[in-house]
Amino acid sequence: MSEVIHFLDVLKKRLAQRGSEPTWIAARRQAGAARFEAMGFPTRRDEAWKYTNVRQIAQGHFELAEDADYSSAKAAALTLPIDAYRLTFVDGVFSARLSDVEGLPESVQVMPLSQALAQNHEAVGGPLGRLTGVEFSPFSALNTAFMEEGAVIRLAPGTVVDKPIILQFVSRAGEQPVMSHPRVLIEAAGRSQATVIEHHMGDSDAANFTNLVAEIMLDRGAILTHYKLQEAPLADLHIASIHVEQRRDSRYTSYNLNLGGGLVRNDLVTDLNGQGAEANFYGLFYGQGRQHVDNHTLANHNAPRTFSNENYKGILDDRAHGVFNGKVVVKRDSQKIEGFQSNANLLLSDRAEIDTKPELEIYADDVKCSHGSTTGQLDKEAIYALRTRGIDEQTARGLLTLAFAGEVMEQVDIDAITERVELAVAGKLPERFNLAGLVEIAAAFNEA
Amino acid sequence: MLEVKDLHVTVEKKEILKGLNLTIKAGEVHAIMGPNGAGKSTLSAVIAGKEGYEVTSGSITFEGQDVLEMEIEERAQAGLLLGFQYPVEIPGVKNIYLLKAALNAQRAARGEGDMPAPEFMKLVKEKIAQMQMDPSFLQRAVNEGFSGGEKKRNEILQMLVLQPKLAMLDEIDSGLDIDAMRVVADGVNSLRDSKRAILLVTHYQRLLDYIVPDKVHVLMDGRIVKSGDAELAKELEVQGYEDIVEEPAA
Repeated sequence: MSEVIHFLDVLKKRLAQRGSEPTWIAARRQAGAARFEAMGFPTRRDEAWKYTNVRQIAQGHFELAEDADYSSAKAAALTLPIDAYRLTFVDGVFSARLSDVEGLPESVQVMPLSQALAQNHEAVGGPLGRLTGVEFSPFSALNTAFMEEGAVIRLAPGTVVDKPIILQFVSRAGEQPVMSHPRVLIEAAGRSQATVIEHHMGDSDAANFTNLVAEIMLDRGAILTHYKLQEAPLADLHIASIHVEQRRDSRYTSYNLNLGGGLVRNDLVTDLNGQGAEANFYGLFYGQGRQHVDNHTLANHNAPRTFSNENYKGILDDRAHGVFNGKVVVKRDSQKIEGFQSNANLLLSDRAEIDTKPELEIYADDVKCSHGSTTGQLDKEAIYALRTRGIDEQTARGLLTLAFAGEVMEQVDIDAITERVELAVAGKLPERFNLAGLVEIAAAFNEA
Repeated sequence: MLEVKDLHVTVEKKEILKGLNLTIKAGEVHAIMGPNGAGKSTLSAVIAGKEGYEVTSGSITFEGQDVLEMEIEERAQAGLLLGFQYPVEIPGVKNIYLLKAALNAQRAARGEGDMPAPEFMKLVKEKIAQMQMDPSFLQRAVNEGFSGGEKKRNEILQMLVLQPKLAMLDEIDSGLDIDAMRVVADGVNSLRDSKRAILLVTHYQRLLDYIVPDKVHVLMDGRIVKSGDAELAKELEVQGYEDIVEEPAA
């Protein structure tokens, strides 16, 4: 209980600083705080947290960051080299200086949550908290209690955004570990299309706590591609709840790419509420050292003729621990459903560990669903075969590890992201193994 | 070039090679024949460095270097290359990646830089045409979903690109129809020159009609029991291994 008190004290201090705010926000915040206080942090006795111990978060003494000071040079070195609209948050605090949404068409709104709240914008009043309630988890309650910053993205009907929208979250090294509770709201009106890249990174020696909640609403025929590139510092603690609501014929595609963070938990939930709605969940997690990476996904087929497809791959080295829990639920009378799920894991060390649990809950009879999970090691015969061609063992292992990740990465069509991931996964390859050169050559042969 | 002296090898505590001697000089093509279980594949596997084979005595030297002290990849980099009887499928690793990584590893070992991309492409295109393989094989994962014959062609393709000093081919003829046999044999023959040597390990004489060896050795029960020229292979075809083994005992 004392653990909860620290967080509530920090909240009290922040509210005293802030002064008055609209009643509806204060009420939701209060509900979040009350719920968090009642639930406390999850323990391993909770089924959903069986393999993930959040003690490091509960016992941490995180404060809230007061500013967004960060050098442009450092930010530029971390940022993805992509022509995009950008919002940047440093330890959760919005940095106008490191953001650029110049040239956005009028049919697209991209703004920091603080601005939307200050204006009491219609974009936040209704939607905020509609998909991710305070009951979802103690962390969603905590996020609601603290919500003050994040991103609001709104697409008018039929809008096709010309460039990706990047939300970058920088974790700074400092004397005092800090926490942030970013809140992301995406509302895509009928037939609109966009690509949103959520990018988490920071100073390599940072050790902060990020607790993100994203609520994503896709109206009829809307198409959203959501990349999450999580390369947070290795001592960072990272919790994220992403909740998607899909109406008729909408398509949501998630690339959940987790390379960083010491303790990582992602909850990805979609509600397929209209016929023809489709969700694609692609995931890759790569853990080294003592990293702990937990992915929970849930696809709720609430309407007939809905489709979900999931492919998660995990690579675990050293003493890293991975958790995968993927669930597909088909409601009664949701006929003509297709739900596919696959999770494959590669253990690169004897001490690495994976807990994987695919689940199907089907209450309709005319459905096509499958799920499967495999865990293995690098193929010794393949390593030998490569070495007999003169390729050293380290390179051979790197090539095979990359090949394993390939099935997920070949779905990614943003080269800068592919490159980041491949370099991280194949990071142990010697320099002379020129990966970029290989990719170019393969492409050249394709064209020839 | 290759000198194998009094080689004793055990696999899972069972002695397979029992004092094998073999000398191969540059420019020569040797064929090792013998019945199943004689130790033919063990010899090439030990030279390539496969795990699970314990050399209890004897030596293997290649151009004066102690092969048994070299890492698997060092052997290949030095020019000792093994073509497998059962080539392994390597899902996700494109053929072209393998060729480039292997070629550049060999060049790096010689202190040379990577082969420039245009030169590499030209080389690979030429060799793949020689093996009568479709260029699409380069984009496919190594041996994945290849037919038996395609796998063998792919092994020879690697040889043609990597240009080994000593190419060891383990039962390269198994699973080949007559047309594929010709293509594979032509590929191997194109490697023949005064600076290179080839070691064929085979069960049947058939292959030796296409790749005519300079020397033929009969391997039985872990030892070379008889050596001769290409005629020996033909005699074997007529007499069988049984009669050959009687002679040295007599």
